Amino acid sequence: MNTAASTIHSTTAAPVLERSEGVWHAAWRRFKADRVGVVALVVVIVFLVLIALSAMGLVARGWQKEVGVPNAPPTFMGPAPAAATAVIEMPKGPNVDLSAIDPLAPRYAEWEERAKKLGSSEPPKAQTLPLGGDRLGRDVLAKAIKGTEISVFVGVMAAVVATLIGTLMGAVSGFFGGKVGDALEWLYNVFEAIPSILLIFAFAAVLGRGIGTVVIILGLTGWTGLYRQVRAEFMKHRGREYVRSAEAIGASVGSRMFRHILPNISHVVLVRMSLLVVGFIKAEVILSYLGLGVSIDQVSWGTMLSESQAELILGYWWQLVAATGFMCVFVTAFSLMADAMRDALDPKLRGLE
Amino acid sequence: MLLSIQNLSVRFRMGKSGGRMQYAQAVGRAVEGGGAGPAAEGVSFDIPEHRTVALVGESGSGKSVTAMSILNLLPDNAERSGRILWQGKDLLTTPLAELQQLRGKDIACVFQDPMTSLNPVFTIGTQLVEPLRRHMGLTGRAALEKAESLLHEVGIPEPKRRLAAYPHELSGGQQQRVMIAMALACEPKLLIADEPTTALDVTIQRQVLELIGKLKETRQMSVLFISHDLGVVGEIADHVVVMRHGIVREQGPVADIFSSPKDAYTKALLACRPSLEGNPARLMVIDDHIAAQGEGAATAPTDVPQARPKDASAPVVLEVRSLAKSFWLRTGVFGKREFRAVRDVNFQLRRGHTLGVVGESGSGKTTMGLTLLRLHEPTAGEVIFDGRNLLTLTDRERQTMRRRIQVVFQNPYASLNPRFTIGQTLVEPMQIHAIGADLAEREQRARVLLGKVGLDDRAFGKYPHEFSGGQRQRIAIARALTLEPEVLVLDEAVSALDVSVQAQVLNLLKDLQDELGLAYVFISHDLAVVRFISDEVLVMKDGEVVEQASAAQILAAPQQEYTRRLLSAVPRGWVPAAARAPLA
Repeated sequence: MNTAASTIHSTTAAPVLERSEGVWHAAWRRFKADRVGVVALVVVIVFLVLIALSAMGLVARGWQKEVGVPNAPPTFMGPAPAAATAVIEMPKGPNVDLSAIDPLAPRYAEWEERAKKLGSSEPPKAQTLPLGGDRLGRDVLAKAIKGTEISVFVGVMAAVVATLIGTLMGAVSGFFGGKVGDALEWLYNVFEAIPSILLIFAFAAVLGRGIGTVVIILGLTGWTGLYRQVRAEFMKHRGREYVRSAEAIGASVGSRMFRHILPNISHVVLVRMSLLVVGFIKAEVILSYLGLGVSIDQVSWGTMLSESQAELILGYWWQLVAATGFMCVFVTAFSLMADAMRDALDPKLRGLE
Repeated sequence: MLLSIQNLSVRFRMGKSGGRMQYAQAVGRAVEGGGAGPAAEGVSFDIPEHRTVALVGESGSGKSVTAMSILNLLPDNAERSGRILWQGKDLLTTPLAELQQLRGKDIACVFQDPMTSLNPVFTIGTQLVEPLRRHMGLTGRAALEKAESLLHEVGIPEPKRRLAAYPHELSGGQQQRVMIAMALACEPKLLIADEPTTALDVTIQRQVLELIGKLKETRQMSVLFISHDLGVVGEIADHVVVMRHGIVREQGPVADIFSSPKDAYTKALLACRPSLEGNPARLMVIDDHIAAQGEGAATAPTDVPQARPKDASAPVVLEVRSLAKSFWLRTGVFGKREFRAVRDVNFQLRRGHTLGVVGESGSGKTTMGLTLLRLHEPTAGEVIFDGRNLLTLTDRERQTMRRRIQVVFQNPYASLNPRFTIGQTLVEPMQIHAIGADLAEREQRARVLLGKVGLDDRAFGKYPHEFSGGQRQRIAIARALTLEPEVLVLDEAVSALDVSVQAQVLNLLKDLQDELGLAYVFISHDLAVVRFISDEVLVMKDGEVVEQASAAQILAAPQQEYTRRLLSAVPRGWVPAAARAPLA
């Protein structure tokens, strides 16, 4: 190799090298060609922007304000007809003078004077709201936007937690196998053997309510599917020649696992994670509906659905429609995007272009 | 005339770019300036009845596309033009329903890899009976009996029992025999065999070739045999068609092609396979030949200088003493059974020398090679490297020893990380072992090495999928060289390559050995290749070394029956009938 060393010194000027299109670039190019995928991506981005604005307090800040009359109908339906509120007939004739026996009577006039000085600040309540109002007269649109923020945040964070747990354990179990793998398989079997909803209840009962709790519950119960898939991929890849080659040049175990193998199975993890997001959003809705989800002073799609149960009997359907509509659009767009992503990232499909 | 291909050209739509459809021409040469009309020069050849016609060429020469277009087994984006006349009828205009009647019945196919061509979840019997039911109208017992007789015909022992076997219970050679039996099921008039022996060992290849030859005689059918190896083709074909870059370079009877090839490319293909006769220092590669032809100087392969003898007193770098490796197989619930993959291997390897290791698959040669690197933990024995036993080193010491003994694997498509650029692949080992002061120096070294293995600088930023098999193998060699090793284990390093590319890589290995004084452990199933590159040869069978001698000795006076069998399995190409020696 002495000759090589001498050539190194003789050629000092390193030419600028062009780098070829990487796998991610190629995947993005394929993704762009998928029209449905691009539309879905745009919808998801719109939602994300909305969530960001809501988190910064720029929109839907006052979702708790009672801006409309209770159960105000949506604008396109027009105001609700005035209902006959007087159930008990008002007494006829003049009021009876009680001042003789009322010890507070002398102060009535004084109080009236004082009351006149204070102006009433009761704002006028809107008769209709864009997407209607709930039983307290809160704007359903603002609630839905705020609910989107919380539901999607919960879904994404829980998916991240589940993915981290599943990937790490799957990698260890698949790469090492043997006793370590057996131990992790036992853990997996224990988690799989318990019906998932029961497991969620158990965690929820122990941990109490709140966003953080929901994230942890869903993360701790949802990693199993991803774990199995990552484990299978690691088992497949650990015997591949490129991993063997890395071992032969002295690459450490960690480097082989996470620098060599992980990028090659990242498409599996990514797609699985996006499916988890969808699943967890729905799971959060169920949890909140059952009263085990986010706390009372917060709103999510699940709490909205839970409230609408009582409203529906009275014919106030708009809260239900708003929550399900937002959820349907986001979940569908997210699923379609994940599907397009899977097609774009799957190296097996390469060569058909 | 059974089949006549006239002026065939095939191109693939590659998607639109800038509003115009882009095409890739696979067969035939396109008219200048594009256009949808017929190609300027297409592929034409005939397959007469009861004859074997061979299509020969390197990967990418369009030979498989030509064969697959006969039955329109091409992907949807293919466009064919020209004429393919099957008994006077043009198959290009035949509707699909009629083609499906032909497929499997009159024209049958055998593909390269029997492991992937057989469905692993069905028994051999089920898979054999299906075409019999569909095309021959046989039912139940009759179909099973027919299937049994087919298995018997292709030389599978105990055919009745094998009908109930699953594909994984058969060896590679047997699987390919089953594939042939399936193809023969409906008594085809033409058998298309697409590289049927490329995935097999030379000894199995020999058996399959003999089987196809015999069946052609007894069945009175024609065969279209596709291969990249002229040596194989010479043994089986009556008529040879040589293709390159989608056009026919030369065609004629096999005797003419072998005794007086006219085209430079044909000559080059003939010369680039290492043979058992003569031992040149270098193999002729295609470019050498074409270049020589261009200058008008007809350099015959005999002018090539003979290999010069190596320095027999060079220091010993690697010594192996009674190396053994066992695997434990589970039997029953708690039982274990020892499987001795490698037993009692001893050898010495001198600096600048090459030790060849030959054997059929399953003989333990790869396990032995990987044990040297401790990619498998050996069960017993010593590997003395530079005076120290590699097998008793601590992890830290092992890391430094790793630098000095490196490996190149068989499959160039699998041995490079697809998510790393070539530059990253080459720099990584230097980073691990802290070779070179900083990244710039390492990159500079990597570039020098790329030059050394015959790749240009632009390869540095590219990804593995942009390279051909031969180029990838060069990159794998360059990666092994980044650590400046003294011993290189080459595990079937050229077996997956076309013969022409194989010649280039073999030459490169020889050059590197001369320049850097490397010692090689060269593992292969092909004795001709081993003999070309090796000084000493180990013949392995069932985990044991059955013969150990210098390369010349092995060839001149093989002591073991097994060695003689390996020798006779090496394809010799076409040999005049008078000179044809009876097979040992």
